[in-house]
Amino acid sequence: MRMSVFVLKRFAAFLATLVAASVVIFAVQGVLPGNAAEVMLGTSATPEAVAAMSSQLGLDRPAPARYLSWVRGLMAGDLGRSVSYDTPISSLIRERLAVSAPLAAMAMLLTTGIALSLGLYAASRHPHAADVGIMALSQLGIAIPSFWFAILLILAFSVKLQWLPAGGFAGWDDGPWQGLRSLILPAVALAVVQSAILTRITRSAVLDVLREDFVRTARAKGLNRHQVLWRHALRNALVPVVTVMGLQFANLLTGTVVVENVFSLPGVGRLVFQAIANRDMLVVQDVVMLLAAAVILINFAVDLVSVLIDPRLALSAR
Amino acid sequence: MLARRCDQAMLEITNLRVTLPTVRGPGAALRDVGFSLAPGRTLGLIGESGSGKSMLALALMGLLPTGARTSGSIRFKGQELLGAREADLCRLRGNRIGMVFQEPMTTLNPLHRVGDQVAEPLRLHQGMTQSAARAHASRLLDRVRLPDAAGTLRAYPHQLSGGQRQRVTIAMALACAPDLLIADEPTTALDVTTQREILALIKDLVRETGMALLMISHDLDAMSRVAEHVMVMYGGTVVESGPLASVFARLAHPYTRGLFAARPRWPHDRLGGRRQPLQTIPGRVPELADMPAGCPFSNRCAWTIQACLSQAPPVVDVGPAHGARCVRLTEPGFLR
Amino acid sequence: MSALARARRHPGFLAGALLVACLIGVAALSFVWTPYPTSEMDIPHKLAAASAAHWLGTDSLGRDIASLLIVGARNSIAVGIIAVGIGVSFGVGLGLLAAARRGAVEELIMRLSDFTFAFPALLSAIMLTAVYGPGLAISIVAIGIFNVPVFARITRAAALGVWSREYVLAARACGQGAWSISWHHVLPNILPVLIVQATIQFAVAILAEAALSYLGLGTQPPQPSWGRMLNEAQQMLFQAPWLAIYPGVAIALAVLGLNLMGDGLRDLLDPRLSRQR
Repeated sequence: MRMSVFVLKRFAAFLATLVAASVVIFAVQGVLPGNAAEVMLGTSATPEAVAAMSSQLGLDRPAPARYLSWVRGLMAGDLGRSVSYDTPISSLIRERLAVSAPLAAMAMLLTTGIALSLGLYAASRHPHAADVGIMALSQLGIAIPSFWFAILLILAFSVKLQWLPAGGFAGWDDGPWQGLRSLILPAVALAVVQSAILTRITRSAVLDVLREDFVRTARAKGLNRHQVLWRHALRNALVPVVTVMGLQFANLLTGTVVVENVFSLPGVGRLVFQAIANRDMLVVQDVVMLLAAAVILINFAVDLVSVLIDPRLALSAR
Repeated sequence: MLARRCDQAMLEITNLRVTLPTVRGPGAALRDVGFSLAPGRTLGLIGESGSGKSMLALALMGLLPTGARTSGSIRFKGQELLGAREADLCRLRGNRIGMVFQEPMTTLNPLHRVGDQVAEPLRLHQGMTQSAARAHASRLLDRVRLPDAAGTLRAYPHQLSGGQRQRVTIAMALACAPDLLIADEPTTALDVTTQREILALIKDLVRETGMALLMISHDLDAMSRVAEHVMVMYGGTVVESGPLASVFARLAHPYTRGLFAARPRWPHDRLGGRRQPLQTIPGRVPELADMPAGCPFSNRCAWTIQACLSQAPPVVDVGPAHGARCVRLTEPGFLR
Repeated sequence: MSALARARRHPGFLAGALLVACLIGVAALSFVWTPYPTSEMDIPHKLAAASAAHWLGTDSLGRDIASLLIVGARNSIAVGIIAVGIGVSFGVGLGLLAAARRGAVEELIMRLSDFTFAFPALLSAIMLTAVYGPGLAISIVAIGIFNVPVFARITRAAALGVWSREYVLAARACGQGAWSISWHHVLPNILPVLIVQATIQFAVAILAEAALSYLGLGTQPPQPSWGRMLNEAQQMLFQAPWLAIYPGVAIALAVLGLNLMGDGLRDLLDPRLSRQR
């Protein structure tokens, strides 16, 4: 199909998935509407007070109405108010994103850099020692839980060497370096595990491409191995690699949530856990929606980028 | 070995031997191959899969698979190619030696535009700018008789048909006006009408440019349209070599005879009244590691004698510049 | 070469199988014997380093680390089996259905699968625990839910390959029904792919449960869990750094073994599959 039709179809699918995700999240969270009121008033509150608070918060309306007002709020940027922090949730999230977003970005950059270079190098050295070595390392990388690696990093760099902080976030106010210092170990912990997977995918994709006929043609045209790798193999190998990177984004988000807890970073991940502990349901609902929306958006972007790299994908799409 | 006598051979191959690693040990893909090719001449290599013909083409280009061992000599315009440095070989490939491969559907990079792919050797070897290369590419596409050169330049390979893609491949191979064009089964993957057109195109281009052509095919009909001189290969050796007319007429070597007999002859069946069963050569081409000692065809030949099994058969002259490796050809009256 | 002979020559598979056998062996052992009861606390000897009495030392409550690790293995295997079991039971069924019916049904199942990928195990676990409270059962369900689309996709892709084969067409021409074909022809042929994937997902499940337990959302005390041990170890990082090493090594070895075995199985069961990695 034509490119414009393809993009429209994918966009429609993206919106549909977003809506479906919001319904599911709301349905799961909205099971116990009374809790918010109970939390605010405390366990000793009378049932009448709870009921009164519930209707004040609009919790006694039927589910579809509550869902719609939540969605309307999301689109307007009004995410409601946190009962435990007593602040608008949107500002809470914005604060926390100032930590989580740079962390995720750093981890993604590190991952991509490590994986693409190691994967390309391993493929070019196949089947010699360097290739085997990189594959063995990546097997280890996949097997290591990221939070354990994070703890080991803390052990090495904070406890023993005392170069970097063992946790906490110094804030951006004192300049970017102070903030970045707190994010280095977390980003490395995340990147090591993610890049292990991506390295294998990159290597495999490049090896597959190197077996193709058009690579033989390129060599017959007089391109040397280096030129063949960069001009012909890499671009063709990118499509499966980019697709996996998109799928891995969900893993990255998960990992970020975990790693934030390891390092006690005041990010979105910590927020969710504190909210669970405080039974602050609306916060949990909003943050989960945010995370899911991010994943869905990234997958949509990956679809588009893939078609840019390989125009044939639009033709064969349903 | 079966060398044609020429004054200035552009390509001269002597005692070429290529051994490949197989699961059961090393096997000789090419044994004692030798011939020469003068500028402007066309040589056809006939053989089925497993005969070593594609290995020969790859050996010429220096594109043998890793693990292949070579011995002998390949001299191109006086330069020794076997064991040459990769950088020197890169300078020749796509520049002085062009190659057209068999599979037009997969030979081109699906993510690069056709124009860029045709222009690539020009920019690489002749240092042309992008616009100059593109203009030249457009002329090349005209030369290979592609109707809409401008449109084709911008197109992606999947937007072209098999025949069109093969023309593009030919244009790519000719881009730097090479001295030698190697065409490995250039029409096998195409339908019959397109085959005829491509073969005619190749023949005309050879005549116009004066380059030498090494054409590899198992299709005797295609060969007859293009080659002046042919070599029949089996089991990694050249079993017969001579002018096309002479070889096709005399069918000296038993294998050549078998090849010709195996072609389906449709009109004769009908006219003859009785249906002729399709003739085959019994047996199969042996695996590389299982090649019989002596004559490689000995285990399938109807005329094998003791001498065939013990030693490689010598070349026997059966006509002017026409020889075949069969020990039985020394017997008077053996040749039909 | 027979399958067993090839298996013996594959170093990755052997190493993986050995590790997995150790894991299963240790878990089985835990029902019969552990060096110390895991509930036994020995406060005077807390945070002890490795010694003859306690081979790997003790934790902050004086419990024997080695015993905790051994019983923790039981936990990991249980999670793996049940979560993968959920994924296989529902996912394979859905995948077979999608491949058999095609059309709207297939579209629906695939869209649902794609949709579920937006909710990684952790996210689902967070949502569920927020509502139902943390616990091992909840985390297993969350991990299992995420396994369903993985198996649905892979089953459908492999099944489609079998459906287009000649003998299936022949079976259909003979009037054999879709379910019968799926059961008798498709399933046996895609079994290798499913086995390989199940091994990989087992490893994923162990990692996921460890992460959830570390965060306090999974196995609750007093049940031993490798993930939770790491959480406790982190709090003692300055005083007893070795506590952080053992549970992590256990997890890594278990996952490594399963991954190696899965990759090895893939190579052995169908060498062509290894291209698709």
